[in-house]
Amino acid sequence: MGGASVQAFRGQANKMPPAATAARALSVRGLRVSFGAESSGGRTILDDVTFEVGDGAFLCVVGASGTGKTTLLRALAGLVRPSGGELLFDGQAIAGPSRDRAIIFQDYSKALLPWRTVRGNIALSLEARGVPAKDRDAIIDELVAKMGLVRARDQFPGQLSGGMQQRVQIARCLAQEPKILLMDEPFGALDAMTRQSLQDEILQLAEEKQMTVVFITHDLEEAIYLGDRVVVLGGSPATVIETIDVGLPRPRNQLTTREDARFLAYRHRLFDLLTHDQAGAAGLAARSPAREA
Amino acid sequence: MRRGILGSIIPILILCVWETLSRTGTLSFDAFSRPTDIASALLSSLMDGSLLVATWQTFESALLGLAIATVVGVLTGALLGLMPTAERITSPTIEALRPIPAVAFMPLSLMMFGFGVGMEASIVAYACVWPILIVTIGAVRAIERRLLEVAEALELSFPARLWKIILPAAFARINVGLRIAAAIAIVVAVTVEIVLNPRGLGYHLILAQQSLKVGLMYAQLFWLCVIGYLLNAALRNVGGRSTRMLGSV
Repeated sequence: MGGASVQAFRGQANKMPPAATAARALSVRGLRVSFGAESSGGRTILDDVTFEVGDGAFLCVVGASGTGKTTLLRALAGLVRPSGGELLFDGQAIAGPSRDRAIIFQDYSKALLPWRTVRGNIALSLEARGVPAKDRDAIIDELVAKMGLVRARDQFPGQLSGGMQQRVQIARCLAQEPKILLMDEPFGALDAMTRQSLQDEILQLAEEKQMTVVFITHDLEEAIYLGDRVVVLGGSPATVIETIDVGLPRPRNQLTTREDARFLAYRHRLFDLLTHDQAGAAGLAARSPAREA
Repeated sequence: MRRGILGSIIPILILCVWETLSRTGTLSFDAFSRPTDIASALLSSLMDGSLLVATWQTFESALLGLAIATVVGVLTGALLGLMPTAERITSPTIEALRPIPAVAFMPLSLMMFGFGVGMEASIVAYACVWPILIVTIGAVRAIERRLLEVAEALELSFPARLWKIILPAAFARINVGLRIAAAIAIVVAVTVEIVLNPRGLGYHLILAQQSLKVGLMYAQLFWLCVIGYLLNAALRNVGGRSTRMLGSV
């Protein structure tokens, strides 16, 4: 990873503004995503979205539902083609999906292979990477232990709770050894207790592997709790309306962090931003139904 | 078990009445035989091996044709299911070719392959490919999009995507098409044998009729019923088993 980013940095050195001296894992400049032609009922979801994610940083993206958060993440994953602007990862333009960028979908039950066991689902990533069959078991055992799936190892996804299924999806993404995790409201469908323990686990994972994470959520507190930085999307088409650097100490704690005065101040600020944005978008939303679930 | 006993009341009753009526001479058409004669004809043709050879010949053509239709139908169906544009381009052609009765190709197929397995299997394949193709297109289209995106995100090659994601995800529905096609395969194979091809159960059926061995003819009809039932049961079993096999990597 070091080698790749050094190379990328060299390649970019001339074009980059002098301020951007730190390693940039991901850089989004003037991103625009439209579906279909405007004339035939298509619409622009994102316009002029610009932000940077430093190497090893945890970035959260918040916004009202239907803003285009998922579209942004899908563009980062390479599943959606930008209509304009620049998407760079490690200095390379993003042209399509890559195993370097793992995407974790919100609807875990649809993203897992129902005919494969937990072990088989994790193995899929190893098969894709071309890991020899004899080496797979050791890697799977390690991931299964890390994600608390030891007892579920030989069960099928349909036999597991939602939280366990999401753990399987995360384990499968880790098995592809990505440089960045793209998470699309991964805990949105889980109950509060499960969500909190998964939040702490993902923080620990990111810390341990020095992993860069882009985390989409509509839960403002979750964004502040997890992120080094929170990007707020708003407007229609959506753009970045605010970026907040979260100055809360790590490791974070479900009780003390959330009771911190700064935490509450951030929350207040984000809440104001989003309620204003929603009030402004209400008229537009009535005319163009949201594509995002 | 109880269902089996209840279900066998009607066939046994029919057999008893049939046997009685033909023994008393009430039923004396050429087209009727006695159940006991049929049983002995069945037994003797099984013992001398002629029925088994004929069964093998019919199966050989039916299974070969079915196998060709499965490979062609599933692969083409998967491609067309994944590419809506290609499906729109080919759909009129498919709809034009599909209604042609497969048996109408008998003269053509005879000229191309001569008598034997080749001509029979080619006609079976033509008849079977359509239900498999159409069911596969639908099955692949119905695959959860998320799974295809997972495959994309993992940069799986097309063969890997087909084998690891598309076929297992669509398998349950494709299997329905396979079972329909298997029934068609036997029907078409026997038809070709009755009309044209001098081998297999169909040919033996027409031979028994022409030599007025009515008992043997009934015995072969009964035998066709048995193997049709067994084939369907076998395919159902294979379906369940291979779904489980796909589960364990």
